[in-house]
Amino acid sequence: MANFFFGLPLMVQGIAKGLAVILFIFPVAAACSMAERKVSAWIQRRPGPNRTIPPFFVGIPGASILQRLGIFQLAADGGKFFFKEEPLPNHVHKFYFILAPFIAMIPAFTTVTVVPFGAYLDPEGKVIPIMLANVDIGILAIFAVASLGVYSLILAGWASNSKYPFLGGVRASAQLISYELSMTLSVLPVFLWVNEPGSSGSLSLARVVEFQSHAGFWGGTWFLFTMPLSAAIFMIALFAETNRQPFDMPESEADLVGGFHTEYGAFKWSLFFVAEYANMIVGSAVFALLFLGGWNLLPWLPLSSLLEDLHRLTGSALWLNPLVSGVLSIAIFVAKVLFTIFFFMWVRWTVPRFRYDQVMRIGWKVLLPLSIANLVAYTVGIYFLQG
Amino acid sequence: MPVEHIFPDSASRNAQGEFETEKMSLSMGPSHPSTHGVLRLQMELDGEIVTKADPVVGYLHRGDEKIAENMTYNQFVPYTDRLDYLAPLANNMAYAIAVEKLAKLEVPARCQAIRVITAELARISAHMMGLGAFGIDVGAWTVFLYSFTEREKLYKLFEELTGARFTTSYSRIGGVSRDIPAGWTDRVNAFCDQFLPILEEILSLLTRNRIFTDRTVGIGVISREDAVNFGLTGPNLRASGVPLDLRKDKPYSGYEQYDFDVAVGTKGDAYDRYLVRGEEMRQSVRIIKQAIAKLPGGKWYAEDARKIFAPPKEKVLTSMEELIQNFMLVTEGPQMPAGEVYFEAENPKGALGFYVVSKGGGVPYRLKIRAPSFCNLSILPKVCVGAMVSDVVSILGSLDFVMGECDR
Repeated sequence: MANFFFGLPLMVQGIAKGLAVILFIFPVAAACSMAERKVSAWIQRRPGPNRTIPPFFVGIPGASILQRLGIFQLAADGGKFFFKEEPLPNHVHKFYFILAPFIAMIPAFTTVTVVPFGAYLDPEGKVIPIMLANVDIGILAIFAVASLGVYSLILAGWASNSKYPFLGGVRASAQLISYELSMTLSVLPVFLWVNEPGSSGSLSLARVVEFQSHAGFWGGTWFLFTMPLSAAIFMIALFAETNRQPFDMPESEADLVGGFHTEYGAFKWSLFFVAEYANMIVGSAVFALLFLGGWNLLPWLPLSSLLEDLHRLTGSALWLNPLVSGVLSIAIFVAKVLFTIFFFMWVRWTVPRFRYDQVMRIGWKVLLPLSIANLVAYTVGIYFLQG
Repeated sequence: MPVEHIFPDSASRNAQGEFETEKMSLSMGPSHPSTHGVLRLQMELDGEIVTKADPVVGYLHRGDEKIAENMTYNQFVPYTDRLDYLAPLANNMAYAIAVEKLAKLEVPARCQAIRVITAELARISAHMMGLGAFGIDVGAWTVFLYSFTEREKLYKLFEELTGARFTTSYSRIGGVSRDIPAGWTDRVNAFCDQFLPILEEILSLLTRNRIFTDRTVGIGVISREDAVNFGLTGPNLRASGVPLDLRKDKPYSGYEQYDFDVAVGTKGDAYDRYLVRGEEMRQSVRIIKQAIAKLPGGKWYAEDARKIFAPPKEKVLTSMEELIQNFMLVTEGPQMPAGEVYFEAENPKGALGFYVVSKGGGVPYRLKIRAPSFCNLSILPKVCVGAMVSDVVSILGSLDFVMGECDR
């Protein structure tokens, strides 16, 4: 199977990988939107969507559990967006209006390619990361491409040719650009630490995880513990970058109705929606890789030693199989990503929303100085500890 | 000879040579998530700062005052439901007391106590809604749904009492439409007991929440003088430091028997208005408990006022005199003496006043409604200037208005 895949022309491989990403991210993003409705319902002490069930599922054992979990609602919602009329208001700049949702999707999907999402043990017992494109510029590629996402919001706000979207677009551009700075600065200590002075460096995310899976106390410590401030700044900036409450200025439904997507409807709107969740997934994945040890189950328990322990305890060689180890590591990683996404939802349904100027003040006057101080402190520390 | 200027349009540039800036006009509403119904704010923005805000009201105007002139006094009761539709029971009571004042009619103590209980339950329901909607306005959805759960419990009680959840039409001139059902007061007591901890829980989500205080403290400050000058009433007035509560200052319906405190704010900002509403709900629970504890027996309508209150149905079917009385009331309406009265009650939104002019007979000659929401909104042009667009939403939420009442 693997040999067959690698025997294919590179072009076909690339297309297959791309399709795999879309086929993975689209349903997961949609499932996250469903999860959001369920999580919000549980937080708000209500059942949430629990009625939808297709007629031919009625009576099948287990279907009622899925019904109560709102699984079918997901399909109903998705189908609704496909079959709804596509409204195209007369006053919009049509070309850019249609272009904006696509531009929202592109960075969201592109960044996934450089995110490693698991690892497997090769026959020699080495941990090999699984990712679509193991590029050395890793995190840089993510930041570079993700920052293009702001154009979709600006374009949507401007092309809508209406006042509320316009204000939303203005807020979006200001907010996203300001938080990108602190976001980038906050992860720099991690990479400085990973690439000790004098070594040939790499910005690959796989390398960060590799670093957190060393044996010993310091080797196995997640960066969440060694760099809590970085993690906190990164998390806050992530909220702002993905337009999640309390930083959802571009939308802020209370004052700007829908912000940049006020004039959008049906499938074009759902593209924005999916892009938001896709961004969240990528952001959570990066957070899990950088600060939560990637595919290592627990701090100080790297994947390789976990598999060895399982092998020793059960006496089965199955655990060392590349496929089993791969699936296990992906499961661990996905669980961490989902937990981070749950954290996003938890915060969203708990706290109110900031005001636009407060968001800017936090970005420029709190997070940016903090992240610079953090960077300087860790640079000095790394110089003395590793240099 | 005039010289030729190299930049003929330079006069339109300002001193720093920057771009000329323009103000943007933004129409907020009548269909907007935060204008709580159909208020429209015609705003002028300098960037995100509001430089002018004009409330445009009237989108929900139904001509209630004119409608009142064409129907008997009791027929107008359902229209009062639709004034402040978040507290119909309190509106019913205020209207009934106004007309009873015209008729110089005293209702029995039991009726008064029932009305007090229902009005205070309505106050809790209305403040819960105001709190929840304020929560949404600043982005706290969960607060809204928590408070709606409590309102649902209240609706169940209302339904049991009046037969309707929303449009209760409970009061009649000279009484209430029916006595309280058996065991209802116990259920109200049980509701109050479980409500207080939940109220504290809901308030604790906001009161010390840094984001919430950032959004409300110092926002929409209304000074004591302004509050009085603009005719604010209710929690909005008390939040500005004026301890005017008609239940204390001009007691009606036996409010003087109950022991409760008037919540008064100090700064008059959006946060104070939120705090005052929270405290008023606690006080309402106190009043309800006292009223239930000493609920008097006896009739729940003014039995002697034969030209005003309809007799019990079983008597209508068996006795001649009551049949005639019922017939006259249905065809002619309750007979009122000529005269003019004004009565205002402390409603959840403020002082709801009814000015009734009668020339005798079964219909009012003129009925004027003083809607607290309408007067409270009059301060918007003053309080919104200088605020940001998001602050306008906080201010609107904290003023807690109802357009059904404002537009009448």
